[in-house]
Amino acid sequence: MSRVIRARAIVEDDWTLAVEGLPYGAAAGKLIVPLARWRAERAALLSSAAAVGVLLPNTEDVESVYPLLADRPLIALQFPTFADGRALTQAVLLRIRLGYTGELRALGDVVRDLAFWLARCGFDTVVPRPDQDLQACRQALDEILVAYQPAADAHAPVWVRRRARAAG
Amino acid sequence: MYRYDETDRELLRQRTEQFRDQTRRYLAGELPEDDFRQLRLRNGLYQQRHAPMLRISVPYGLLESAQLRRMARIVRTYDRGYGHFTTRQNIQLNWPQLERVPDLLAELAEVQLHSIQACGNATRNITSDYLAGVAVDEIVDPRPYCELLRQFVALHPEFYWLPRKFKFGFTGATVDRAATRTNDAAVHVLRRDGAVGYRFFVGGGLGRLPLLGQEMNAFVPEADLLLYACAILRTFNRFGRRDNIHKARIKIVLREWGIERFRAALEEEYAKIRSSAEGERLRLLPEDIERMRGHFSAPPYRPSSEVAAQVTAQADRDPRFAAWLKRNVRPHRMPGYRVVFVSLKAPQRAPGDCTAAQFEALAEVCDAYSFGELRSTYDQNLVLADVAERDLYALWGRLDAAQLATPNIGLTTDMTACPGLDFCGLANAGTLGVTHDIYRRFDSLDAQYEIGPIRITLSGCMNGCGHHSVGHIGILGVDKHGEEWYQVTLGGSPGNDAAIGERVGRALARNEIADGVERLIHAYLRLRSDDDETFIECYRRVGIAPFKVALYGSESDSEAAAA
Repeated sequence: MSRVIRARAIVEDDWTLAVEGLPYGAAAGKLIVPLARWRAERAALLSSAAAVGVLLPNTEDVESVYPLLADRPLIALQFPTFADGRALTQAVLLRIRLGYTGELRALGDVVRDLAFWLARCGFDTVVPRPDQDLQACRQALDEILVAYQPAADAHAPVWVRRRARAAG
Repeated sequence: MYRYDETDRELLRQRTEQFRDQTRRYLAGELPEDDFRQLRLRNGLYQQRHAPMLRISVPYGLLESAQLRRMARIVRTYDRGYGHFTTRQNIQLNWPQLERVPDLLAELAEVQLHSIQACGNATRNITSDYLAGVAVDEIVDPRPYCELLRQFVALHPEFYWLPRKFKFGFTGATVDRAATRTNDAAVHVLRRDGAVGYRFFVGGGLGRLPLLGQEMNAFVPEADLLLYACAILRTFNRFGRRDNIHKARIKIVLREWGIERFRAALEEEYAKIRSSAEGERLRLLPEDIERMRGHFSAPPYRPSSEVAAQVTAQADRDPRFAAWLKRNVRPHRMPGYRVVFVSLKAPQRAPGDCTAAQFEALAEVCDAYSFGELRSTYDQNLVLADVAERDLYALWGRLDAAQLATPNIGLTTDMTACPGLDFCGLANAGTLGVTHDIYRRFDSLDAQYEIGPIRITLSGCMNGCGHHSVGHIGILGVDKHGEEWYQVTLGGSPGNDAAIGERVGRALARNEIADGVERLIHAYLRLRSDDDETFIECYRRVGIAPFKVALYGSESDSEAAAA
């Protein structure tokens, strides 16, 4: 079992990525399956796995597929390279427009220097690239503590904070 | 001038430390080259021919004297004693050492300067009208909106890893002095029935496929600046191509989809933002805009109308001052004040270059004569925006002593050029030698005054940093079997009459290009209807054919070459 960063802590991962072919049954545990598999095998997956999360391609329109995902405990989004930011928009829309409150997980070319941006966009689980130092990735979540603009985290926009300051 | 508060200072401090750590890890071998590349670009660092190039953002082209003094120190300490003003109103250093860049950035941060998102696939420095706040034709001062947007896009987590770079350009005047439609998004701040709003254009860009921005929305309400910008950037982040770097700008999405489909997608996203909690958070209140406007209030002018006679007398006595007054000084909206252009196009100098001593001289003159502020222009000159007429003669003397008073603004030797093959790792051909050759042919001021307004622009490669596509005479350096050749385009313009230049024909060799430009200009002098018809007006009236003959010697030559 690999270790991941979840809710700012390094933990043993209890999810298995099942792109295809993993056995069903009690041993299946918690599975992350691609969207296509979730569409095709939904009933079988629900009856056999302990929990089912869904992996989306970063080209997917999250708003149109959200009815299929709203009750999922986990959605995994992909970074083919860390400089491909499409999944950041998917994450922000899932969190702030669609109101998704389950686990959002970043997979792929996830490096320490992406961690801060992931955290701001609403990811709560980071699965770093194998060569990355987990402790360093965890610390990088809070690399910059000041933000100008709102995203999917707790930062209030700077113009709103300045209103409050002006009001005394 | 926008003044940082504790939030701005702290953000920049932490950002500087973030990059210091990234650089340390790279130099220690802990960060692979490819990973570091993405990080250093977003901190302004390109790998260039000889050394890294550091681009320093100058938000909407506004600088103050403390920053100029710091630049003087920085170019002496970290570089070879000069910096280079660019066509995005920024400053580039050509010789910094990577090991020292974190310290350099920390020194910049102390005076509110930075390199955040100066390169890389993110939102770049926002450009603006260099006469903002003083232009006679201004409707709304764009600077408060530029700064509000700058803060929105700085380190924006959703839009930090875009498909390609993204440029915003602003104007709030009737005359476009910021080449706005060459930007990925142009924002025209205006009034409709008394209310302030924005006319948005999207899809402009120079480079391999030069295109002008297309109108997307004729009037976005003032409060919705960040909502509409968010909708544009989100649409780009989702749909911009990532399979081919040459097709990754937003202009390609627009071209592949067509304007109507793109506009529909953009407006749908804008409508969703507007009607949601996200829109509530992004919507500006009048007090937000008012607070920002307070940073850009007019300086304490002392209006006077009594000195005009004195300036005329000084000009009568000193013809060099008279020439400068005529060519480099423009009207101001306040009686008794003028706008002064500082030419960075002296003989023997690369366009846009500024030495440490010149940075210092500029700091002194802007403190003494222009309320401590200076602007950079997209054609690589500088502007002292608020000079009292009574100070013009003294100011001229000091600029002249610093070689900053060449009376050539808007004329033949006021060429725009990227650094070209001499410095840039992307370039195919040199630009600086060509500007030098052209300069020599038109060095005489009388000849330049006879020719009148003309924009000659040069880029050393297709990326078009020297704005060759929007030059009246545009020159593009190309590589042919290891030799430098130059393609000529005619009729481009960056302003209200924005147009992409038309390619004349075959490229000219390095030893032919300056002669070719000279022939084009002589053709114009023969063809113009009268002394008042400018090069671009003449070109638009007579068309490309006679210029083609002039450039290639005879029509049959060029046809033979094209065949």
